[in-house]
Amino acid sequence: MMTSTLKISALTKRFGDVAALSDVSLAIQPGERVALLGHNGAGKSTMMKIILGLIPATSGRVEVCGAMPGSATARAQVAYLPENAAFHPALTGLEQLRHYLSLRSEDPGQAQQLLDQVGLGAAARRRIGTYSKGMRQRVGLAQALIGAPRLLVLDEPTSGLDPVSRRDFYALLDQFAARGTAILLSSHALTEVEARTDRIVILSGGHLVAEGSLPALRRLADLPVALHVTARNGYAPALMDALPGAILVGGALHMACPQSEKLALLGRIAGLGDKVADLEVLPPSLEDIYSHFSRRDGQ
Amino acid sequence: MITPRRILATAATEFRIARRNRWVIIAMALMALFALVLTAAGSAPTGGLGVDRLSVTVASLTSLAVYLVPLLALLMSFDAIAGEVERGTLPLVLTYPVSRAEILLGKLLAHLAVLGLAVGAGYGVAALAALLTDAGSLAGMPALWRLLWSSLALGATFLGAGYALSSLARRPSGAAGLAIGLWLGLVVLYDLGLLAAVVADNGGWFTTSAFPVALLANPADAFRLFNLSASAATAAASGVGGAAAVIPLWQSLVSVLVWPLVALALAHAAFRRVIP
Repeated sequence: MMTSTLKISALTKRFGDVAALSDVSLAIQPGERVALLGHNGAGKSTMMKIILGLIPATSGRVEVCGAMPGSATARAQVAYLPENAAFHPALTGLEQLRHYLSLRSEDPGQAQQLLDQVGLGAAARRRIGTYSKGMRQRVGLAQALIGAPRLLVLDEPTSGLDPVSRRDFYALLDQFAARGTAILLSSHALTEVEARTDRIVILSGGHLVAEGSLPALRRLADLPVALHVTARNGYAPALMDALPGAILVGGALHMACPQSEKLALLGRIAGLGDKVADLEVLPPSLEDIYSHFSRRDGQ
Repeated sequence: MITPRRILATAATEFRIARRNRWVIIAMALMALFALVLTAAGSAPTGGLGVDRLSVTVASLTSLAVYLVPLLALLMSFDAIAGEVERGTLPLVLTYPVSRAEILLGKLLAHLAVLGLAVGAGYGVAALAALLTDAGSLAGMPALWRLLWSSLALGATFLGAGYALSSLARRPSGAAGLAIGLWLGLVVLYDLGLLAAVVADNGGWFTTSAFPVALLANPADAFRLFNLSASAATAAASGVGGAAAVIPLWQSLVSVLVWPLVALALAHAAFRRVIP
């Protein structure tokens, strides 16, 4: 058993009477990429701020690289990308990066290389005040890559990035994960993190409502499968008789069935032979699965 | 725990920001301009007092510094924490392996450097004018040196106070209001209040016992006392400065040296309570 890079047990955070996080437990192993999903206000940012030691927990235990969150040991090994990363507008990208490198006791000479890595090399000597939102996000990303962090905490890292940059970004993360960096990133789109993370954690109203790989969550949600059957000319009424529960939408029969009955239903449709022109099976979408979990708990 | 490397890195970045925001040039021009005006206006009373020209200039500069140094310090510091909170740059920096004390000391170092350049320019211009017109002015060099370093101590006090207010206010507009209030209170109204009390008291307990303590308790008054009682040109000073004769030099020296430490401790205590 490896030691976890991040270990959270029974974490609760209250702001006055409002519980932002309730009894959340989570562990992340070295090299593991975990996506934290939830609506606005689900508790994602609060959880990250507690992990970073920016705000104290009300109760529960958090251990970052074997140390207290926010301690010197933890901060030396954790890198953070805030949501809407902001920097002083009067500094150039290069100057800002050199500053961050110095604070981490790294060679400031790496600044240009880090900016090249996130595609900002050409704008390195321009003031950050002239940057677009996407460019500022890349400065944020570049500073998170300084040194060899053991834990990367990324708050909506891909907001403001175009699809190509997004792919490059995930490729960068893969390199870090391969070297043993644990990654916790938040997002509110399941589609975006689908193939890029090892595990998905869904927060809703401060509760951890689901956790697992995407296939595991799919099984757990057990959402109905939709089937669209197109009838050969004139056979639609016959199919309607054979398939009770179907509704006719623009010449095609739409129906849904639980996962467990999917194969039996497919068998019956196959048995209808020539009357069927086409058959489409639509598994629940990622958005459906996400909505299923994030609504389950009192939202 | 406190590492010079991280303090210097913060100081270098802060100084660069101050330069980009024209703070360095504005502060230097302001001090030089006021010093020149003082030199031109104060050219009359020399000779008759039996002191050199530079010592007289130092006495005038002391009165100038009491107003301008705190003002410059507060103008540079009110935004230091509140501005970072508003821009959203504070959370990220606080996740770095740098302590809040190191951040404060880095900012202090940069702002003190700006202040040092400003008073250096102002006092330099005035001293040069004095030396050019009176060869005997070299006798006043120790007084000028004392004024220079005590101005930085006064600046550090008000920088610390500015950081504390900036941490308490959280918003730059609120911090600016508090800073102006502090300046008016300590530098302007405090003395007026004391003078009114002395006049009303008519030589009683307040004038003999409370008044000296009240002067030493205010960093701006202590700065003025220290420079005037150490200077040969006390007679050239007026107003509260007249009290310089009765308060021992070591007491004002202690006040000048202790206040920066107190202000920085307050700033650290206030900054520690800021939750990003």
